[in-house]
Amino acid sequence: MFDTIMVPVDLRHVPALGKALTIAADMAKAYGATVVYVGITSPEPGDLGHNPAEYDRKLQEFAAEQAQSGRHQARAHMIVANDPAIDIDRKLSEAVDELGADLVVMATHIPNLTDFIWASHGGHLASHSKASVFLVRG
Amino acid sequence: MSDSEDVAGIPVPEGRTELIDTDYEIGQDNIEGQLGPFGFDIHNPVFMVSGLTIVAFVFYALALPEQAGAIFGWLRPWLTSTFDWFFLGAANVFVIFCLFLIVSPWGKVRLGGKDATPDYTYTGWFAMLFAAGMGIGLMFFGVLEPVYHMAISSPLGTPSPFDADGALIPENVDRAKEMGLAATIYHWGLHPWAIYAVVALALALFSFNKGLPLTIRSAFYPVFGERIWGWTGHVIDILAVFATLFGLATSLGFGAQQANAGLNHIFGVPVSVSVQVILITAITAVALFSVLRGLDGGVKLLSEINMGIAALLLLFVLFAGPTVLILTDFGQGLLAYACELLPLSNPVGRTDDSYRAGWTAFYWAWWISWSPFVGMFIARVSRGRTVREFIICVLLIPSLVCVLWMAVFGGVAIDQVISDPATSAVKAQVIDSYNPPLSLFAMLDELPLSQITSVIAIVLVIVFFVTSSDSGSLVIDTITAGGKVDAPVPQRVFWATFEGAVAIVLLVGGGLSALQAMVISTGLPFTLVLLLMCWAIFKGLRAEPI
Repeated sequence: MFDTIMVPVDLRHVPALGKALTIAADMAKAYGATVVYVGITSPEPGDLGHNPAEYDRKLQEFAAEQAQSGRHQARAHMIVANDPAIDIDRKLSEAVDELGADLVVMATHIPNLTDFIWASHGGHLASHSKASVFLVRG
Repeated sequence: MSDSEDVAGIPVPEGRTELIDTDYEIGQDNIEGQLGPFGFDIHNPVFMVSGLTIVAFVFYALALPEQAGAIFGWLRPWLTSTFDWFFLGAANVFVIFCLFLIVSPWGKVRLGGKDATPDYTYTGWFAMLFAAGMGIGLMFFGVLEPVYHMAISSPLGTPSPFDADGALIPENVDRAKEMGLAATIYHWGLHPWAIYAVVALALALFSFNKGLPLTIRSAFYPVFGERIWGWTGHVIDILAVFATLFGLATSLGFGAQQANAGLNHIFGVPVSVSVQVILITAITAVALFSVLRGLDGGVKLLSEINMGIAALLLLFVLFAGPTVLILTDFGQGLLAYACELLPLSNPVGRTDDSYRAGWTAFYWAWWISWSPFVGMFIARVSRGRTVREFIICVLLIPSLVCVLWMAVFGGVAIDQVISDPATSAVKAQVIDSYNPPLSLFAMLDELPLSQITSVIAIVLVIVFFVTSSDSGSLVIDTITAGGKVDAPVPQRVFWATFEGAVAIVLLVGGGLSALQAMVISTGLPFTLVLLLMCWAIFKGLRAEPI
């Protein structure tokens, strides 16, 4: 059914990803798919690393932990964006195509007022991506 | 050294840099949360104290406008006339330091590490440099300043080509024209760009190479060490936010007045506070739209469009005006600048107080007070460049472009004034009376298609304000988020809106002049800051692997 499951992750808020990570792991085992954990960082130093290389190492470690605990194939894919807060929607859409993902499992929030002004990242991906998108509310 | 090479199988995309070993974690002083549907991620002291201080000063200017006007109206001219030698001397240091770095072995150091690649093409990069740094000024002063220095301000004691009755003195014309161009190019050439280059280089080096947060305080790590994460650093960042926001807000307020004057000149739009408030609201709305499109889709795109339009306007003026004369002016202007650079930048023993203190020192204080904003923005978009490439492209090439701009716009204006002083609109608006907003339109009126070119000029000015507002909001947001560039988007919407609101409040309630004078006054302490930055850059570069 699915070969590549893309899971966008924010390493600053891993606890909030719990349900999405579990579902992605379960589906990977069920369908023999590889989970690709996708993280977006900026070139500037941030709270997750002094530079993209450090961030990439953290993302790789996260993917390895998930693979071990969930007992499925997994890898990491880092995206560097000049303006992550704005570029995230476009970069995630590009990543779906680049990775050949056929399913995206993504944590999202309960809809609120701002969703009437601009869509959530999950909502944007669901509206514009060719892949199936599973939005998991936390 | 970065330890990412030690992790087997992990690529090292950026090459080796020499990270500063500090226990400080970016974001450790931040407060994250939700305000209704809007997320926030703010640096606790900097955001709060900046915001409160700004509000307090706005209230002060509104409540006591005469007192504020009197204090800052006295302070700023006193500073620039008393410390003119300091401003001029410091700016000379910045130019010499930058030129030294070009030829030094440290010019090979790459911002972001040995294998970092530039994030932007030259076109996008240059467009953003100009739009953030100087676009508005070139539009407003490109005609006014060459004419004014030729005829009124007497740089280096050069006699005016006009006598007291306004009659032309032919034997003074050539020298006055040369000096008018040279004295103007001096204010828009090597020195202001060196000011921006120093700040930008310091911030880029300590962020991309040393791993410190992209905020003003980081450049002072070699000076203050770990104390930079405490109140020493908080004060530095708060001052930078303060100067940036008030610099932008007061410029926006004055810009709205100037755009209103232009619209009145072309279309007869009434000059009123209401029109100016509408202009500020419109500029802020477009800036918000640009903010929401981000760095690449917003400010970069607008900057490129605006630079393209500015280039077209320049080419039109070049070919619609006396083309051969203008091209000759370019060469003469460049030569005159080279010949007069040392005397013009001499900080002591001069008698041309009106020019030296009233223009040069004023400009240096102004550029320096803007340098945290412009420098930080330039730093953000300059990763991947070597120090040598960076300084050549931030210092030398923009200076050449400014020479060309002043030669074209100033040269045409000077020619109009000299060839027919009796009917010259430029002479009427700059020499006979002093109406700076109308000087550009006066020059365009004497060329073909003036209605169209004047509208284009107003659009250019407005879009340059938009890009300044947008890039300024990005910078303020980053500083008040403790150096994070990915804080929730509503925060930068807040800053862009707040800046427009402050501009409107000061415009309506009075206080634009007073608070702009206050911002420029911060140029004095910031000059010390920039001198320290030169030393910090030198120390930082020496520790980098070449």
